[in-house]
Amino acid sequence: MTNPMLAPTSESDLAECIATATGPLAISGGGTRGLKPEGTALSTAGLSGITLYEPGALTLVAQAGTPVAEIEAALAVENQMLAFEPMDHRSLLGTTGDPTIGGVVAANISGPRRVQAGACRDFLLGVRFVDGTGEIIKNGGRVMKNVTGYDLVKLMAGAHGTLGVLSEVSFKVLPRPEATGVLLLTGLTVADAVRAMSSALTSPYDVSGAAHIPEGQDGSPVTMIRLEGFENSVTYRAKQLKERLSQFGPSEIERRIDGPVSTTAGWRWVRDVETFAGTDEDVWRVSIKPSDAPALTATLKDARVMLDWGGGLVWVACLSGIDIRSKVPKGHATLVRASDQTRKQIATFHPEAPPLAKLAADLRKNFDPKGILNPGLMG
Amino acid sequence: MEMPRPSEHVLGKKTRFISRLKTILADEHVISDVMETRVYECDALAAYACQPLCVVLPGTTEEVSAVLKICHEEGVPVVPRGSGTSLAGGALPTADSVVLGVSRMSDVLETDYDNRVIRVQTGRTNLSVTGAVDEDGFFYAPDPSSQLACAIAGNIAMNSGGAHCLKYGVTTNNLLGVTMVMMDGTVVEIGGAHMDAGGYDWLGLICGSEGQLGVVTEATLRILPKPEGARPVLIGYSSAEIAGACVSDIIKAGVLPVAIEYMDKRVIEVVEDYAKAGYPDCEALLIVEVEGSPEEIDEQLGVIKQIARTHDPVELREAQDADEAARIWLGRKSAFGAMGQINDYMCLDGTIPVSALPYVLRRIGELSDEYGLDVGNVFHAGDGNMHPLILFDANKPGDLETCEAMGAEILKLCVEAGGCLTGEHGVGIEKRELMTVQFNTADLEAQMKVKDVFDPAWLLNPAKVFPLSNSSDRRDTIRPAA
Ligand SMILES: Cc1cc2nc3c(=O)[nH]c(=O)nc-3n(C[C@H](O)[C@H](O)[C@H](O)COP(=O)(O)OP(=O)(O)OC[C@H]3O[C@@H](n4cnc5c(N)ncnc54)[C@H](O)[C@@H]3O)c2cc1C
Repeated sequence: MTNPMLAPTSESDLAECIATATGPLAISGGGTRGLKPEGTALSTAGLSGITLYEPGALTLVAQAGTPVAEIEAALAVENQMLAFEPMDHRSLLGTTGDPTIGGVVAANISGPRRVQAGACRDFLLGVRFVDGTGEIIKNGGRVMKNVTGYDLVKLMAGAHGTLGVLSEVSFKVLPRPEATGVLLLTGLTVADAVRAMSSALTSPYDVSGAAHIPEGQDGSPVTMIRLEGFENSVTYRAKQLKERLSQFGPSEIERRIDGPVSTTAGWRWVRDVETFAGTDEDVWRVSIKPSDAPALTATLKDARVMLDWGGGLVWVACLSGIDIRSKVPKGHATLVRASDQTRKQIATFHPEAPPLAKLAADLRKNFDPKGILNPGLMG
Repeated sequence: MEMPRPSEHVLGKKTRFISRLKTILADEHVISDVMETRVYECDALAAYACQPLCVVLPGTTEEVSAVLKICHEEGVPVVPRGSGTSLAGGALPTADSVVLGVSRMSDVLETDYDNRVIRVQTGRTNLSVTGAVDEDGFFYAPDPSSQLACAIAGNIAMNSGGAHCLKYGVTTNNLLGVTMVMMDGTVVEIGGAHMDAGGYDWLGLICGSEGQLGVVTEATLRILPKPEGARPVLIGYSSAEIAGACVSDIIKAGVLPVAIEYMDKRVIEVVEDYAKAGYPDCEALLIVEVEGSPEEIDEQLGVIKQIARTHDPVELREAQDADEAARIWLGRKSAFGAMGQINDYMCLDGTIPVSALPYVLRRIGELSDEYGLDVGNVFHAGDGNMHPLILFDANKPGDLETCEAMGAEILKLCVEAGGCLTGEHGVGIEKRELMTVQFNTADLEAQMKVKDVFDPAWLLNPAKVFPLSNSSDRRDTIRPAA
């Protein structure tokens, strides 16, 4: 069965595609996030380009299919960035293609800085999208404070296209920090690492990343705590933090700015969960209360784990086909990488309590009455 | 402002309905005596008032659920209420509605420093959330000027902001979980101490939904460690254009102040008379505050002062100690009070792209001349959230109407400049009819379809947010005839 791919190049084109569609559509941006719903492929990659960028107002608007790389390059020229540090899934999932900004939004993808600065949804100022009937809808805008009507912007972030196909997104961007410093603690147990990260995150030193990798690049546990800002300020805070965390053993302060083993590269390694790349394990992404992380990792026994967000985000790599959800305390677990076999048995998204599942189903019915937008993906 | 005609059917069964409520709540928590319901007849948009059918003050989530179940069965509209400080008429009752106040529910349920969260009942005031963790070195970041009085319930419903949201975000960025009762009495738990949603972002949707999707009874909020210190600098300029350019340059330079506040000449004069803060006599004044250790503050203020100087300020004053810092903030903090002393005023809340500040301020000046009403501008400049205060005389026939007409023009101007009608106060009844300036029918339909899902009978705060003509079919026909 070879369905031709739909590849609209304008918002009105996109609306037309959806209005006239009679069967399921499998929506993709760059196709790097590995979710493959059934249906005629609909790619938003043709809706590309930055429509507005005002560095002095910290705002950027782009069409949904714009490559993330293009946006990051434009921001770099003005020394700015997407502060939520979106993960690139390609190495973890073994996918190819260009991640698009619409894909980032549809999946609400955020990296290590989420713990301090906020998630993708927190920086998303506005959206334009096409609902399941082909209607073009806008919500939010391009200003930083906006409570005019319901916040469908947040609703669209993380809806994976099931309520509408994004055509344009606008963001609050932030200045890039002048300097970065990373405090490295080695040899900690998961429990001690969570305690250390909690101590760092409850300090006044504005920690912008806190991750723990039980098997670091040299095989032994490493805990990474990031500080960003002006040069002198980073130096000062790193020193203070080192003292504050001295009970957890000696620590090292890493201050390299460029190069392959730079602090930036280290955080990219965490952000993209590279440590789980290239295996045939299933990979889960678990969001929990940070202090629940040690108990969770203990019950998972043989599974490999990596902690981000001070322990609030646990990446788990385990044998294919095991449903870890029964072990997850309050929070949620998403199956990010899995074999086709596992996907048949285990839902990608965490099942919701019945009243919420009903709200979700009713919402989909209202936004996508034909049931054609990535049907079945989110229930 | 027009409100829908109350349902005769509901008014007709008042006595029986109230006695039904009293089977669930203690008598003193069902208030129907007009002398006592008077306090609930309006919020801070005091130009509009209406006596509700009755007021209920439940003490637990279970009681809220039981009350809503009855209202749902009886087809009686419900207006949720926190502290009634809404500036948009969000908590304004209709004659056929029950006001459901959460003020009795104000406990701290859990404080968890390791995970940096606090769980409270939503009747708790904003300031007392910080009050509960202050001694241990933490704070709750969103700080509306009304924080002494306003409740977390209203903050969530309005997605309220504050002076420090440039750095810390508004309510939605600091809300991790809620317990919410839906109109049919179903209790839902959303989020918790963990971050982000596993499915749809219900929390993001509920925050800012103005009490139309459910009654929020408990909330898990993010708390933050207090910074080591903070210090403001005051910068005066001879024009709005220059001040605007300075704001833009500061933002671009990579310093992230916690606050950039703006005041114009009109406000400075009134504030000087009232609070004697020692402000310079100039066209535009900025207060920029940064946080950190003393050295970090020096470094950031160094950058800011350098930028400020390139724009040729008429005054540049850095607080040398806590006292001077307090004096710099004194004027800003008393601005609304001071303006209220000299006149009645209407406070607008449109947001614009920072780059449009000079243009919008100039146009507001022209509109002021055109309508013959004075305007003072005081606002959060860092994020473009304007607060033009239009001065009028409530006792002068026609003045309120002129003021509202002028307000509408200013809000249209904000939208036209690439902004929005409201940055933090909400739509309520005040900006309801202006929604069509910012949204077309499809945009509004999409939002109303969300309400259809949560509250199919349109009983929760029904006459707010959407233009009456857009919502009339839903409000009139879907409600059960019972
Ligand atoms: C002097 C003054 C200064 C102000 N400064 C600011 C400011 O700096 N920033 C800012 O953002 N706002 C400001 N405000 C506006 C106002 O204080 C905020 O909107 C506040 O969040 C309202 O809280 P409240 O508890 O008083 O809510 P209320 O006025 O009681 O209600 C507001 C809305 O919330 C809904 N609601 C109330 N309780 C619930 C509940 N339990 N569940 C669901 N919905 C509910 C109501 O139906 C209504 O729509 C100011 C107001 C005043 C009077």
